[in-house]
Amino acid sequence: MVKIIEKEQIVPNIHCCVVESPEIAQKVLPGQFVIVIPDEYCERIPITISDWDAVKGTVTIIFLEVGTTTQRLAELKAGDEIYSFTGPLGKPFEIDNYGTVALVGGCYGIGSIYSVLRALKEKGNKVVVYSEARSKFLLYWNKKLEEIADEVRYSTVDGSIGTKGHSHDRLEADLKAGTMYNRVIGIGCTYMMYLISQATRPYRIKTIVSMNTVMIDGTGMCGACRLVVDGKTKFACVDGPHFDGHLIDWDIVLSRRKIYLEEEILSQERQ
Amino acid sequence: MAKSSPKKTPMREQPPKERIKNYNEVPFGYSPEEAVIEAERCIKCKKPSCIEGCPVEIDIQGFIALIAEKKFKEGISLLKKKNILPALSGRVCPQETQCEQKCVLGVKNEPVAIGRLERFLADWEREKGEIEVPPIPEWTGKKVAVVGSGPSGITVAADLAQTGHKVDLFEALHQPGGVLTYGIPEFRLPKAIVLKEIDSLKKMGVNIYLNSVIGQIKSLNELLKEYDAVFLGTGAGLPWFLEVPGENLNGIYSSNEYLTRSNLMKAYLFPKYKTPVIKGKRVATVGGGNVAMDCARTALRLGAEKSIIIYRRSRTEMPARSEEVHHAEEEGVIFQFLSNPCAFIGDKNNWVREVECVRMKLGDPDASGRRKPVPIPDANFRMPIDLAIIAIGNSPNPLIPSTTPELQLNKNTSVVINPANGRTSIKGVFAGGDIVRGGATVILAMGDGRIASKGINEYLQTGIW
Repeated sequence: MVKIIEKEQIVPNIHCCVVESPEIAQKVLPGQFVIVIPDEYCERIPITISDWDAVKGTVTIIFLEVGTTTQRLAELKAGDEIYSFTGPLGKPFEIDNYGTVALVGGCYGIGSIYSVLRALKEKGNKVVVYSEARSKFLLYWNKKLEEIADEVRYSTVDGSIGTKGHSHDRLEADLKAGTMYNRVIGIGCTYMMYLISQATRPYRIKTIVSMNTVMIDGTGMCGACRLVVDGKTKFACVDGPHFDGHLIDWDIVLSRRKIYLEEEILSQERQ
Repeated sequence: MAKSSPKKTPMREQPPKERIKNYNEVPFGYSPEEAVIEAERCIKCKKPSCIEGCPVEIDIQGFIALIAEKKFKEGISLLKKKNILPALSGRVCPQETQCEQKCVLGVKNEPVAIGRLERFLADWEREKGEIEVPPIPEWTGKKVAVVGSGPSGITVAADLAQTGHKVDLFEALHQPGGVLTYGIPEFRLPKAIVLKEIDSLKKMGVNIYLNSVIGQIKSLNELLKEYDAVFLGTGAGLPWFLEVPGENLNGIYSSNEYLTRSNLMKAYLFPKYKTPVIKGKRVATVGGGNVAMDCARTALRLGAEKSIIIYRRSRTEMPARSEEVHHAEEEGVIFQFLSNPCAFIGDKNNWVREVECVRMKLGDPDASGRRKPVPIPDANFRMPIDLAIIAIGNSPNPLIPSTTPELQLNKNTSVVINPANGRTSIKGVFAGGDIVRGGATVILAMGDGRIASKGINEYLQTGIW
């Protein structure tokens, strides 16, 4: 059980939750995640740790309300307890001085890139952030990102701010126009990470994405999160979650995401 | 005394047709009367050989004699001197290759039903209410961390608490019990029994920390700074796959995933519990061990019309406990022997629809002593399926080894120990169970735990490594 200190719906359907977890706050590194069970009936779901405060002993997660378990999590309020909160899990992001880095975030991934951005800047990189949403009112943490990044480039599907379209469109256009990146990092929905990997492939820019596969234990025990990278089966929970987007077999990843669509609807029945 | 039966006293159980519709335990266990009749079959050998077959050296003849005298309370006390988890081992031990194999009655007739009698005593005590907890001596001043709350970790924690050390038990999942909780199904080992056994640990003063993944939240070296000794019992938590084409199609599970969804996450109670599990109509389970039987029988309970075990050798070589095979057959599990999947074939949406198998024949015995399966050329065949479960074994969980480079491993990534005392290559660190053995049994893990707790006691007393 961990206690929720703050809880806010920061934009429609996306929630920010600060919990008390001094041990995780001491230990976590950028790119690691927690497995969360909001109440004893819910699934175990992986959520990236977006931020933390080792002094206060708090950990911040950003999540998209997308199914039954995330709905339950969204219903919890400050002062409530989360049934199970386990981490930090997964390997941390590999952070080095690469030169110029494009850091792309969409959806919950805008929150996920924050700690990676901080670490990249600490290593002396020039970092251009690409932040994407359907519309201006769905973007968040703009100020937090702008304060640290060398530049933040927005794209919205309706064009209400920044470039009209998706972040991979913007990235592609920038690359075409001659912008050079030494590394591209993308975190967000699976399809967005796939498209970013496609965008950078012709330019042979090393592109790292953070896989958000279905997981159960998160310790390598079950294999639910398996994916094929460079022809080999890997487990996102212990071998990742960060992989080279150009080596991932995306067909398998995209089809495995659809396994439980019917059950997701059935699980909405409250019993 | 009436002439005793050449056969074991039968244990009443749920009829197969009824039980595949529920998750309740299959055998009901002996009544006191049945237990006494069975205990009277023991001929009290001068040199009992049954005890030699027991990895934890239970005084088998002793507790059976007490049952025959109807001294059940004394019987359970004697049993618990060597085995603090009799309700578990009575249910899941492979008695036919251990104690019961050594029973002299077995030469001409059936051996004494030692496992059933062990289970009887444990259930008798639990159903009576208060479970007796052994007396805890004054604190020795020593602290031990036990990593993993499965069978080996529970054994070490209980043994060390009884010697007066302070024990902290770390569990990665949100429920304690390790494989007893996530792996073995409710119908074979009711979770209420596991929780009762864990409760006894708490009563003995053991602190249990759930949701704690050692190797991530704390490294082994950090534990060594806080504790005088560490025991690693993190189990065989890395599933093997066949590594054949199509294995990443939708509708193919590792046995760990299938059983964890169903048991730990209670997917059989979906949608009350929110974790889903694919309910196949034609389910193929690959493998011939207890885990494969558990998966095939779970599939029936989840509504499979056909539940097929695909095993590459024949019936004789199957490593599963004979009672599990018998129960699976009674329930209608189909055995496809001498067959090994070489590919899974999917539909346009990437869902598995067929399995292609190579037909095998048995050749000469291999390193395991079992006859080796040899493929027969041009004899492949296909079966329609909509769910496959791969239950061919596990490697030790790599989380702690991968974050502790100085921990010596052998080539299949298991932790190397001194079998006499459970010591690893790192001073103060002991290990046992499946992290050492790969995929083995609950009782062997408990046996390892017993050896390691003796080793830990010795080390804590002398300080000599």
